Amino acid sequence: MLGNLWREKKPRQLIIQIVAIVAALSLLGFFGRNALNNLELIGRDVNYAFLFTPSNYDINQHLIEYDSRSTHLRATIVGVINTALVAFFGILLATVIGFTAGVARLSSNFLVNRISYGFVEFSRNVPVLLWILLCHGVIVHNLPHPRQALSAYDLFFLTNRGVYSPKPVFEPAFWGVVAALAVAIGGACCFYRFAKQRQERTGQQVPVYWTNVSAIIALPLLAFWLLGFPVEFEFPAFKRFNFEGGLVLSPEFLALTLALGVYTGAFIAEIVRSGILAVSHGQTEAAYALGIKPNFTMRLIILPQALRIIVPPLISQYLNLTKNSSLAIAVGYMDIVATIGGISLNQTGRALECMSIVLAIYLSISLSISAFMNWYNKRISLVER
Amino acid sequence: MKRMTIRSLFLAVAGFAITGLSHAGTLDDVRARGHLQCGINTGLAGFAFTDDQGNWRGFDVALCKGVAAAVFGDASKVKYTNLTGKTRFEALKAGEIDVLSRNTTWTYSRDVDLKLTFLGVSFYDGQGFMVPASLGVSSATELSGASVCIQTGTTTELNLADYFRRNDMNYEPVPIESNEEARQNYLSGRCDVYTTDRSGLAATRAALDNPDDHVVLPETISKEPLGPLVRHGDDEWGDVVRWVLNVLIIAEEKGITSDNVAEIAGQMSKDAEINRMLGSEGEYGAMLGLSPDWAVNVISSVGNYGQIFERYLGVKTDIGLERGVNALWTDGGLLYAPPYR
Repeated sequence: MLGNLWREKKPRQLIIQIVAIVAALSLLGFFGRNALNNLELIGRDVNYAFLFTPSNYDINQHLIEYDSRSTHLRATIVGVINTALVAFFGILLATVIGFTAGVARLSSNFLVNRISYGFVEFSRNVPVLLWILLCHGVIVHNLPHPRQALSAYDLFFLTNRGVYSPKPVFEPAFWGVVAALAVAIGGACCFYRFAKQRQERTGQQVPVYWTNVSAIIALPLLAFWLLGFPVEFEFPAFKRFNFEGGLVLSPEFLALTLALGVYTGAFIAEIVRSGILAVSHGQTEAAYALGIKPNFTMRLIILPQALRIIVPPLISQYLNLTKNSSLAIAVGYMDIVATIGGISLNQTGRALECMSIVLAIYLSISLSISAFMNWYNKRISLVER
Repeated sequence: MKRMTIRSLFLAVAGFAITGLSHAGTLDDVRARGHLQCGINTGLAGFAFTDDQGNWRGFDVALCKGVAAAVFGDASKVKYTNLTGKTRFEALKAGEIDVLSRNTTWTYSRDVDLKLTFLGVSFYDGQGFMVPASLGVSSATELSGASVCIQTGTTTELNLADYFRRNDMNYEPVPIESNEEARQNYLSGRCDVYTTDRSGLAATRAALDNPDDHVVLPETISKEPLGPLVRHGDDEWGDVVRWVLNVLIIAEEKGITSDNVAEIAGQMSKDAEINRMLGSEGEYGAMLGLSPDWAVNVISSVGNYGQIFERYLGVKTDIGLERGVNALWTDGGLLYAPPYR
């Protein structure tokens, strides 16, 4: 009976897989038990209760209410927000730099082509940690002290302690403007759908793009005017040591965003270049032969095919950037690794607990980015009919 | 420095197996290994620094040498591990080092919750502030709104938060990993103020190009009793380190120095405590599992407490610290070792 099972192909495969899974799980279980046993032997328990005790330390950049009486949990959340912030702006910057440099690299203009080539090779061949330290060093050592701040119209200030700008303070009536924007976007979507149906039905086109753009800009502006400009500005002013008030981008944040953006941008440039080159020139010629205008050719023929090739490696680059942001600790930017994985860990001595939290957070951030990009990839991928 | 934290975490996990299972005693382990593993600072003038030949020297290093002299009779049998504020405790708990002598503050939670054993106070310190003289600040109470450079993972970070909150002042903390980075950021003007233990401030200030351009403010905002520490659970080993420190203090009290210790040990003294300590009376060395003349070895290799202080931190050095509260109790200070009896 058993011999029969082994001789058949399907049951045999199943048996091998089950054995492999059981072996893997027991190995994992063995390691886990071993760690817990040894922890118990030296009298260390695994306990997350410290998360709800006061953290006792201050964090310089917090987008939510936080002071040294807040809990370690709140410090963790502050760290997560700071990581998300630097990852978001880093990805934005890397994408802009990457697409610009990637397209420039394909330019027939010799100078543009070579400059882009030089940029890409230089950026991606210097370790990202050096980029971060370099950017931070340049900002901190070369920009002036707040006392001698470089100012633009006394509204914006450039110093080695960050870039200061006026900070908008929204009055309650500003919600009207937000509502107007929402209405405009909703309307634009409906109009887009209506225009598309109409084109499919009758073949007639309407200027969707310009109508929608002007509606989205004009409607909130109109609301803004009607509500009597419901926004005020808080201006940065120099006090005894520092500028106070206004919006500030710290040198640590700037250095990190810039370095991650430039470094990852260079990789994205190559991805973009390869994606565009991979679309055969015959596609362009065929489109022209059908009488399709050049910008439609790019938008409707070349780009959709290039994106299919670009998006999967682009996901990896976004994930890399997010994980590389943990190098923030090198310049003292208070991200997850610096808060829960750094100061909290140190002050409580709960290394295992803190590092497991950091691990879980990075994993969930990475998996969410991955899930979103996979969804996007599926949306633009080749639909076979 | 994330790398180091994670490395020490792995060491910790790997070390659980070792520390968990070996209860042979640290003293035996050290003997079998042939050298002492001592955790020191990554570099702090006066406490742990390298000389022209690249050898580690300093106030904290002297204690490592003293322990090696007690165990081996040879102060050079030490392997130093340089640790940051963040990595020090994991390194100790993982068994990477036998003793931590790295200007570490004795606190309740480190003692109780982290399960470390502090073996006494080798230096009574307190946290202070250093600012450029050009700022015209004369008191820490004027520091509201300032940017403050601070080493992360230290008690100073917590004291700073407490002090500013207590005095209703706001500030921008600029977290820094090491003393050297703090110096760089302070000099570039990234922060107005550098805060750490006063001894550390004096050491950092002494190493600046123009020390007179910087002032240490008069306020001391915390108690920072610094001392050596070991893991919980090995009292015999803890006793060895504790009594090396005590012997250094008693030696100063009794006027025994590295120069005259051989002479004093060679003859019976009228002071029985000296005889007990230097091994010419009783079996005191054996009680600790050491040779009878272990204290002679300690004192002849590193000197007494006063000698160590004067050599690395005292007024004749660049750091130029007064003995202050670190004088013997007989001179109005706080140093007071239990009797050697």
